[in-house]
Amino acid sequence: MVANLGYATLVITFLVSIYGFVAAYLGVRRNSPALVDSARNAMLLTFPLLSITALSIIYLLVNGHFEVQYVTEVSSNSMPIYLRITALWGGQAGSLLFWSWLMSAFASAVTLRKWDRDREFLPWVILVSLVTLTFFLLLSIFVENPFVSFWQTPTGNITTAMFQPAGTTLFIPQDGNGLNPLLRHPGMIIHPPMLYLGFVSFVIPYAFAMAALITGRTDDRWIRITRRWTLVAWLFLSLGLVLGGRWAYDVLGWGGYWGWDPVEIAAFMPWLTGTAFLHSVMIQEKRGMLKQWNMLLIILTYDLVIFGTFLTRSGVLSSVHAFAQSAIGPLFFGFIGLTFVASLSLLSRRWNDLKSEVEISSWFSREALFLLNNLLFVGILIVCFWGVIFPVISEALGIVGQSIPALAGVFTGQKVTVGPPYYERATAPLFAGLLLLMGIAPLSAWKYSTFKTIGRAAWKPFGASLLVVVALLLVGLRSWPALLGYWLCAFVAFVIIYEFWRNAWSRHNARDENLLLALWQLAGKNRRRYGGFIIHLGVVLMALGIIGIELFQTETQGTIPQGGEISLGQYTIRFDSLSVFDTADGRNVARAVVSVYKDGKYVGELHPRRDYYYESQQPMTLAGVRSTMEDDLYVLLVDWQPLSTAAATFKIYHNPLVNWLWLGGFVFVLGTLVAAWPAKEPEMLVASRSVPEASKA
Amino acid sequence: MKIKRYLFGIMLTLLLGLLVAGAVSAQQPTPSDDQVNAIAKQLYCPVCENIPLDVCPTTACAQWRELIRQKLADGWTEQQIKDYFVQQYGARVLGTPPPKGINWLVYLVPPVAILAGAYVLYHAFSAWKRPIQKDNLQPTTTEPPAETDPSQDEYIHRLEEEVRKR
Repeated sequence: MVANLGYATLVITFLVSIYGFVAAYLGVRRNSPALVDSARNAMLLTFPLLSITALSIIYLLVNGHFEVQYVTEVSSNSMPIYLRITALWGGQAGSLLFWSWLMSAFASAVTLRKWDRDREFLPWVILVSLVTLTFFLLLSIFVENPFVSFWQTPTGNITTAMFQPAGTTLFIPQDGNGLNPLLRHPGMIIHPPMLYLGFVSFVIPYAFAMAALITGRTDDRWIRITRRWTLVAWLFLSLGLVLGGRWAYDVLGWGGYWGWDPVEIAAFMPWLTGTAFLHSVMIQEKRGMLKQWNMLLIILTYDLVIFGTFLTRSGVLSSVHAFAQSAIGPLFFGFIGLTFVASLSLLSRRWNDLKSEVEISSWFSREALFLLNNLLFVGILIVCFWGVIFPVISEALGIVGQSIPALAGVFTGQKVTVGPPYYERATAPLFAGLLLLMGIAPLSAWKYSTFKTIGRAAWKPFGASLLVVVALLLVGLRSWPALLGYWLCAFVAFVIIYEFWRNAWSRHNARDENLLLALWQLAGKNRRRYGGFIIHLGVVLMALGIIGIELFQTETQGTIPQGGEISLGQYTIRFDSLSVFDTADGRNVARAVVSVYKDGKYVGELHPRRDYYYESQQPMTLAGVRSTMEDDLYVLLVDWQPLSTAAATFKIYHNPLVNWLWLGGFVFVLGTLVAAWPAKEPEMLVASRSVPEASKA
Repeated sequence: MKIKRYLFGIMLTLLLGLLVAGAVSAQQPTPSDDQVNAIAKQLYCPVCENIPLDVCPTTACAQWRELIRQKLADGWTEQQIKDYFVQQYGARVLGTPPPKGINWLVYLVPPVAILAGAYVLYHAFSAWKRPIQKDNLQPTTTEPPAETDPSQDEYIHRLEEEVRKR
């Protein structure tokens, strides 16, 4: 009953979406505002309709309706309620529907804005948003239907179908398989919604960009309208990435936060183009330049969002053959191709209208440095994109080697792995370049700057950063990549502090405000600039942590008897005891107690453990972690003697400075919130404006 | 007699030492876990997707790690062990594709694309860049506007923006 209700509203939403974009199109063609309004209402309706669908699945999950295949796959009787709710995005069918639900929320929200000044954009924004939504709904209805149920034939065979096949009865399993244990972590509960919110909210700026191209209103209006949408999208995507890193660190049991896995890269790629876009739109706003490039970046971001979902949902990453086994891969592939070609043809139609009104006047101007920043972001994107698709291409091209024996040695068709060493070597110099630009660009001026003018502004932070390098050399640091990295971090941090300081000082002198108030007022008046500085500061903190763990992580592994010890650097752990027991929620838990000593001094106790989930027959390794801002001691229980528990194998990682990464993530998000926070109304500024002392004089 | 006792003491110590050593070697197999992991870290699980062999929790991977230990104990070098795994399970067990055949593309395409981008950017800069008339320049440093009111600038900027919007 509830499954049928959910499915019915899903189909109705699909039909409403199709009606919406057709009505929007006809509304323009026939010049009928009534049709456009009707399309707008249709878009508004998608969210309540899909809410019924999503709530239906949640109801089925919470109440253990295991006759529904999806419910059996991702939930079980022993799971607590909150996990049953979050199981909505724990499997393929549910997560696709969740994508559509969030998309409909953003699409509905955009209809509620004031359209008085941008009426001509409305039908096209509706069309683009609803075409995207329709595509995802199509997947949910025809390929990955989350409401499909189990049916039993008279011969006892179990089959799955949405509606009861003739001669069958409903089959209700006693229990479900339960959610993958790796997904039962708080980080994983919040991480996918954040990522998906980031993904879907980038559809809105893209829709406005397409509307601008179609209508020919190619000034910066669409950028001004979508500025906050883009920042919000970027905020969610950044949050999703940071939370994903934290989840990996806590749950995956390899002592790291980022493994350059294709699934991670899939989410990282739209973030890269989104970040490049956020920087380059400023050039268009300030100087009226790069209109074509901005269009290209938002098109890329949109298609990378779809491509990211495609990579993780099509099975193409496991094998090129898995791609063809389900209709979902080819459908995604077709949709990406179609939207990309359509967007590019629209762009080419308006290419001449989008030509710059002004030109770059100096190599060191801020716009020139921003362009360089864009090159580096796109460079990292190329490395990532190529690294992700190369194994698929290499495997697919095996057919050439098979057809032409002479080329068999070149096109082997062998599946290859493109792993972290490739990405780390290729992207490290590009990231270093970005850090350097992060230090220089805020000191440059729009239109015209020279090496001399930047040097004049940068010498103080530069000098201070060199002192940091000297201090690091004095304490014995000899790794040149670390010295370079920490110098860059110090330089950027000092530039930001210096900028804050001199602007606040200037206001303090001009207005006789205390420094803190002056800083607060400044940040309030130019939130984007100061929010940007805070974001940069967050990046610096994250870089500290990344350099720490990437260059100085150490590890050891050993088997020790009870009372035995293993040492790693300053730390020694002593194996005190191990207990193995079953829990009420269907786990077998092996929990060790180890004492931690630092330089021979007892500093605490850790409890590394291994949970084995009976339902899904999957183990989960949970590290015992001693966390400080200096370092993490990350202890894993790898193995133990099953009967006596008298000896156990531990793997220990020493992760220096890793917590700066999480702190940096927090500062980063804070900065984005500052930048995206709505500014005060201009009228308010008029009322509160006073004549400064300097101008009185 | 004293010598006999002395010799007995030495023998006993040696025997105990051997026993202890035996016990230790039973706990810490040779080669050590760290030696095995140093090689396993560079290899990828042939079964699981994108998981390095040193951290893969599956039984199959534990067996492969034991295989590395055995090969090390037999005197194989790191390269020989890696070659053995490639021969058995294909090039996918390596963290990066071996540079031969079509695999060269993985290393060549990104730098060529980035250099091409840099070249395009350089040409675009050169084409855009015009000689600047010094009189037309804005203030070129980012000195704080001590003599002006920031809120006034902001106000003018907003006014301009509002006018443009209408």
